[in-house]
Amino acid sequence: MELCPLVKNILLLDSEGKRIAVKYYSDDWPTNAAKEAFEKAVFAKTQKTNARTDAEITMFDNYVVVYKFVQDLHFFVTGGENENEIILAAVLQGFYDAVGLLLRGTVDKKEALENLDLILLCLDEIVDGGIILETDANVITGKVASHSMDAGAPLTEQTITQALATAREHLTRSLLK
Amino acid sequence: MAQPFLKKDDDHDDEVDYSPFLGIEKGAVLQEARVFNDPQLDPRRCSQVITKLLYLLNQGETFTKVEATEVFFAVTKLFQSRDLGLRRMVYVIIKELSPSADEVIIVTSSLMKDMTSKTDMYRANAIRVLCQITDGTLLTQIERYLKQAIVDKNPVVASAALVSGIHLLQTNPEIVKRWSNEVQEAVQSRAALVQFHALALLHQIRQNDRLAVNKLVSSLTRGSVRSPLAQCLLIRYTSQVIRESASNTQTGDRPFYDFLEGCLRHKAEMVIFEAARAITELNGVTSRELTSAITVLQLFLSSTKPVLRFAAVRTLNKVAMTHPIAVTNCNIDMESLISDQNRSIATLAITTLLKTGNESSVDRLMKQITTFMSDIADEFKIVVIEAIRSLCLKFPLKHRSLMSFLSNILREEGGFEYKKAIVDSIVILIRDIPEAKESGLLHLCEFIEDCEFTYLSTQILHFLGIEGPKTSDPSKYIRYIYNRVHLENATVRAGAVSTLAKFGAMVDSLKPRIFVLLRRCLFDTDDEVRDRATLYLNTLGADGAVEDMKEFLFGSLDIPLVNFERSLKNYEPSEESFDINSVPKEVKIQALAEKKAPGKKPTGLGGPPPAPPSTIDAYEKLLSSIPEFANFGKLFKSSAPVELTEAETEYAVNVVKHIFDGHVVFQYNCTNTIPEQLLENVTVIVDASEAEEFAEVASKPLRSLPYDSPGQTFVAFEKPEGVPAVGKFSNMLRFIVKEVDPSTGEAEDDGVEDEYQLEELEVVAADYMLKVGVSNFRNAWESMGPDCERVDEYDLGPRENLAEAVNAVINLLGMQPCEGTEVVPSNSRSHTCLLSGVYIGNVKVLVRLQFGIDGPKDVAMKLAVRSEDEAVSDAIHEIVASG
Repeated sequence: MELCPLVKNILLLDSEGKRIAVKYYSDDWPTNAAKEAFEKAVFAKTQKTNARTDAEITMFDNYVVVYKFVQDLHFFVTGGENENEIILAAVLQGFYDAVGLLLRGTVDKKEALENLDLILLCLDEIVDGGIILETDANVITGKVASHSMDAGAPLTEQTITQALATAREHLTRSLLK
Repeated sequence: MAQPFLKKDDDHDDEVDYSPFLGIEKGAVLQEARVFNDPQLDPRRCSQVITKLLYLLNQGETFTKVEATEVFFAVTKLFQSRDLGLRRMVYVIIKELSPSADEVIIVTSSLMKDMTSKTDMYRANAIRVLCQITDGTLLTQIERYLKQAIVDKNPVVASAALVSGIHLLQTNPEIVKRWSNEVQEAVQSRAALVQFHALALLHQIRQNDRLAVNKLVSSLTRGSVRSPLAQCLLIRYTSQVIRESASNTQTGDRPFYDFLEGCLRHKAEMVIFEAARAITELNGVTSRELTSAITVLQLFLSSTKPVLRFAAVRTLNKVAMTHPIAVTNCNIDMESLISDQNRSIATLAITTLLKTGNESSVDRLMKQITTFMSDIADEFKIVVIEAIRSLCLKFPLKHRSLMSFLSNILREEGGFEYKKAIVDSIVILIRDIPEAKESGLLHLCEFIEDCEFTYLSTQILHFLGIEGPKTSDPSKYIRYIYNRVHLENATVRAGAVSTLAKFGAMVDSLKPRIFVLLRRCLFDTDDEVRDRATLYLNTLGADGAVEDMKEFLFGSLDIPLVNFERSLKNYEPSEESFDINSVPKEVKIQALAEKKAPGKKPTGLGGPPPAPPSTIDAYEKLLSSIPEFANFGKLFKSSAPVELTEAETEYAVNVVKHIFDGHVVFQYNCTNTIPEQLLENVTVIVDASEAEEFAEVASKPLRSLPYDSPGQTFVAFEKPEGVPAVGKFSNMLRFIVKEVDPSTGEAEDDGVEDEYQLEELEVVAADYMLKVGVSNFRNAWESMGPDCERVDEYDLGPRENLAEAVNAVINLLGMQPCEGTEVVPSNSRSHTCLLSGVYIGNVKVLVRLQFGIDGPKDVAMKLAVRSEDEAVSDAIHEIVASG
């Protein structure tokens, strides 16, 4: 197991460090309090940096953390101290891009919370028990968003009617709120 | 239900971010979950409720057992719906609820149906869910489907099965190992990630079979692995194979090195980096092998991506520890990284430069660092300080500029840890570079003039008391010290009084003036300060016996403080006064071992296991309670338990060797692991024919040894007094065995005599050595003097590496390594190790070991021993010579 690249957690926090969606794959943080302490520390350590164009990286308590921010959303991926940084960055990029695709360009906290189901499914498709499942954002969104098409086909190949259907669905949903 | 919350937020609705989960409440959501039971399911509404439940769980909310069970049962109803989106959410929430075994049965059939469905998404997800929640029993039922799924033409399904296999291998290895053929087929898959997952699983199935791993690696390194992630895995496996085969191929080219080097030209950055890192971490890597790896890392240094720069600089930083020359080519790129936006990168760059820099570049580098220091956090500064300290030790001639740098930053703002790192560095430099002593001491004096940390002030005062009197002009420090008596809190004042007294005791010419100052301290408001002043005035003022007095007042305490504290607590006021010699000197290593344990898996339920009682105390109590051993005198040392049986045998026996001045007692700890047996009259028959100096004097059998409750039997030997006799003992466990009826627990009346062969036991020279550390080895070494020094050189022959040789010698001598010198940096060619201990007869021994690797693997060692007794110094040499 130790030779396989492993992800310790994936975090999506807001601009105050509060949770939007998080997923832990390691026993390093056994309690919710430990998890929150970790999130608080990571957030405090990174919030002053500018991680808006390129993914940034830091070492922290013997963990490598790669992160990227957009609007009021903060994306983090954590790995062990000896993990290949570039693999972690690939996971981060996959998550970041997939969320961008799923939220159709409007990537902010409000939109993320309104589509929390999609974000949670997205996390479920990226990593399974610490092992990387997929890093290609198109494939990830394909698995999350398309409910009834042949697997493997990227989102871009969705039929127009399908795309319209989902769009309408989203519209009515927000009107209903 | 959520009304009150909404109302409260009405007035500042515009400012607060709108959230669909505003005012969400667990109770209400659990109510909403009733829609799952509706005969007419509304898929969208159900999805929304599941999202809310997941949101609550994600925010750290917990469900009680009852709540979770209720939700789980409700969720299982949703398998009726044909809605794909809802089904996805159902899968996720089942995993989050992690149902118990009896609950799992409810969903098993639904999941198994999905597993054989035509819809790929169903198959992939059902596999992942089922494998996560199932236990071994179910696995045999679904094994057939899993094997099929591994070779499914849909990559998502195949990956799901393979990743689940990786997880299941931890719990049900024998089942997963049967899938080898399918997994092997999947390694050839055209889908990148299937290949990655298949390779990971295949390697794990075979990881204990070195030959198979070897074959796997050599076949794949020739072929083309498509996925970059799989390629990274292959690189890791390859370096593992190289590591394990290193000892076989001493000469010639390294196998698979060409493969690693070829990966440096891969198109994916993660592969290039993985290969470069693997090359730098090869055991005993040569400069020629390093060249190409360093070249690609150098390219990464100027990348626009921070992650690449960080990865490269972190790896080069590690290389710089062992091969500084190889990294110097990157110095120009490194210097530009000092101004990197990302301070982690900048710090790593600086510390790398400090390692690779040569003597001429130090001054320029220090100028750059000074500007850099002001805008990084304390934690980074500490890393830099440590790098500067080792640089200064490397180039002692540069101590002037480095010391002034340290004193400058000491004056700036900073937290305690940071200041402590600086002070520690200055102290080490003073100790190791004689020329730096005077200026360093003055810097410290200036620092305590305006130091807010009591701990640091007292540390520095103590250090001044040791080093100050030995300088050319001790009087100039007096002013700084006496100022503390006026201006500081009581703790620091008391420290200053002691330091003044030390100057008075060590420097005769200053004595009268010091006494004037000490007398003024008699009027201090604090008890401790007055007491100390009084004590020093009276003891130092008296004539005669001055040397003894100095030793009494300022000599080092040669017993561990913890032991001292415990003995004092145990002491009951009586006619007999407390005897400091009764305090055990053995340092307990337990604390260290426990420190390493956390960080691993926390035990979860309950607190940590109760700490074992102090062993030496317990042994002493136990032995003195046995009349046969009561007249053996004071216990000198008890060894750690030595196993005399293999693990998992019928009887588990280990032995503890108790050393007395004229006796040795073996304590055999026996455990009976057979429930159907009761052992009686248990003894150990010891054959001491290979231990001539020992003669058996007593033995204490164990009357009865029931199942799983350990007991002890003892055998005592007489040996020449004070002599470190060694020898080999063979052991035979003899006992009467009685059958026990497991249902009633009653033993039969008749027993049979039986014997059980145990492994041999040795009494070695290290058993006569107590591990007793000293806080400052250099001081202890110097105060011991060269009178009884013995120096000799030894050839240790070919060794695996330096660390192995160092460990072997430490274990042979059984002494306490000091100042962390037992740790050998990897790939280093020479090492100095400092040891201290107390030899039987209470003789203090200090050892300085200097190791060097010479030629391919030949290790040579210079051993210098100082002790209070020539004979003991010689004895230490004899141990090494015969070991």
